[in-house]
Amino acid sequence: MTLYTRRRATNLVILTLSLFATGLGLLILFLILGALLYHGVPALSPSTFVHATPAPGNQGGLSNAIFGSVVMTAVATLIGTPVGILTGTYLAEYGRSSWLAPIVRFVNDILLSAPSIIIGVFVYTLMVVPMGHFSAWAGSIALAILVIPVVVRTTEDMLNLVPAGLREAAFALGTPGWKVVVMVTYRAALQGMMTGVMLAVARIAGETAPLLFTALNNQFSSTNMNGPMANLPVVIFQFAMSPYADWQRLAWGGALLITFAILVLNIVARFLANWSGGSTSR
Amino acid sequence: MVDVVVENTTTGFNPRRQRLADFLFRSTTRLFAIGVLVLLGAVMMSLLVGGAPAFQAFGVAFLWGDVWNPVKQIFGGAPAIYGTLITSLIAMLIGVPLALGVAIFLTELCPPILRRPIGILIELLAAIPSIIYGIWGLFVLAPFLQMTVQPFLKETLGNIPLIDFLFRGPPIGIGVLTAGFILAVMVLPFIAAVTRDVFLTVPPILRESAYGIGCTTAEVVRDIVLPYTRIGVVGGIMLGLGRALGETMAVTFVIGNAHRVSASLFAPGTTISATLANEFSEAVGPLYIPSLILLGFILFIITFCVLAAAKLLLLRLDRQAAK
Repeated sequence: MTLYTRRRATNLVILTLSLFATGLGLLILFLILGALLYHGVPALSPSTFVHATPAPGNQGGLSNAIFGSVVMTAVATLIGTPVGILTGTYLAEYGRSSWLAPIVRFVNDILLSAPSIIIGVFVYTLMVVPMGHFSAWAGSIALAILVIPVVVRTTEDMLNLVPAGLREAAFALGTPGWKVVVMVTYRAALQGMMTGVMLAVARIAGETAPLLFTALNNQFSSTNMNGPMANLPVVIFQFAMSPYADWQRLAWGGALLITFAILVLNIVARFLANWSGGSTSR
Repeated sequence: MVDVVVENTTTGFNPRRQRLADFLFRSTTRLFAIGVLVLLGAVMMSLLVGGAPAFQAFGVAFLWGDVWNPVKQIFGGAPAIYGTLITSLIAMLIGVPLALGVAIFLTELCPPILRRPIGILIELLAAIPSIIYGIWGLFVLAPFLQMTVQPFLKETLGNIPLIDFLFRGPPIGIGVLTAGFILAVMVLPFIAAVTRDVFLTVPPILRESAYGIGCTTAEVVRDIVLPYTRIGVVGGIMLGLGRALGETMAVTFVIGNAHRVSASLFAPGTTISATLANEFSEAVGPLYIPSLILLGFILFIITFCVLAAAKLLLLRLDRQAAK
């Protein structure tokens, strides 16, 4: 074999392998979505949305879990978003020459990838132990802590994309600094910041680990934020690990609901980001 | 800034009040930025305080104690720590080559029109919540591995002396190997995304020069792209490793939750995060919860170091690129 053919052969092998790797990644994505549709669609019916989680062997639905997930995700987003936006504003607008900004940015990136179960333990010691019981508030706070780093990151990225000329023009008119940020920069970056919030919602909507010992679970419908509250991820976890076929079926139904909600959020967020000309780099 | 005091009576514009508002706004953002630092410190402190009773009871030996007995209140972290490390190692061994393959495909091979859609699809793998990987791993992947891959490994690699101990025991589907597989799929999109992004930072002229002297694509990747981006690639891999170490739900579903250190990859095991997920809400006794929190502290320290290293490497790359 000549050197040339050997080089050609190596090249072919490497490129085939990289094609294979990509194919495998896509295949797994479609296998997961396929399995969700295959097991999940038969499990869903209108009654899934009106009945609460059943005892094994009984008819029931996921209404209490869906309600709990929506409420806790909403509360977490409402708490986490302002904190994230203000921190991101500091990093992009005020922190350029300070010693604080690089450290905050560094710590934020670590929080972004930190194991979410650790946040669960943290909120457990911070809220559940002093309060003496599990509660939906504790679950919401745990999720809010996960929202913050995502929003900080995208807010900073998006504010940095706003052209300096826009700010300078506003300053030249004698606008005070805070008004420049709120009335000009925020407005210019609004779509991008929305993208960040949506990605954060998508991230926490499926989070299970931080809820296991904060919000726990609740067999019954509950609107009491001070008590344990059912939520889709923990219900899926319990039901899928159970030996009962009808519980496992409901788990698949819940898994399908969550996944498609999250994929839709992700895709919409991407379109929004593209449309505004920003990028959602991690 | 120059202070120009202009009193505008018609609009009620009061520069002093505006300056106060400015100061307040700036201080508020700064306060929240400091809050993020405090948050990290508070997490560390709470884990340290919560785990202290267990540390006082078992000392440093907690790290290599392999007994986990809630009834006698004797706890050792070795099985969970070992499981965390070994599943992440398997995940890296499988996931890194796949992720590099995806990055090479997306930057060198893929028709430009397909680049974005395929890139987005791979990134969607990262968007799927870990509980979904768990349920899929338990009901779809584990039976599949049990029927096909595990018997195959047993008959091939299991007959080679020196490594045969890794493939002993019945293939039961769930266990360390399956957890490693799932983790590999989960870290793939993270590593692939970072690697692709750093591959794209290679100046086109370097790449084109190499092609110009007749290099094949594989040679361009090996001799030009990888050396140029090596820090970034390592940073991306470390980022993936950080994710794999802390991943909870997917692993909890498929690892089998057995507190023992087994050499065989087919055997069930446990990880720190899976132990926490399974046992925390039902833990009773004076040392049970503190032991779990101490495990959490160990996990946090490990992931903190890995993620910090990843971040520092990627920062170095940014600075290099700015030059």
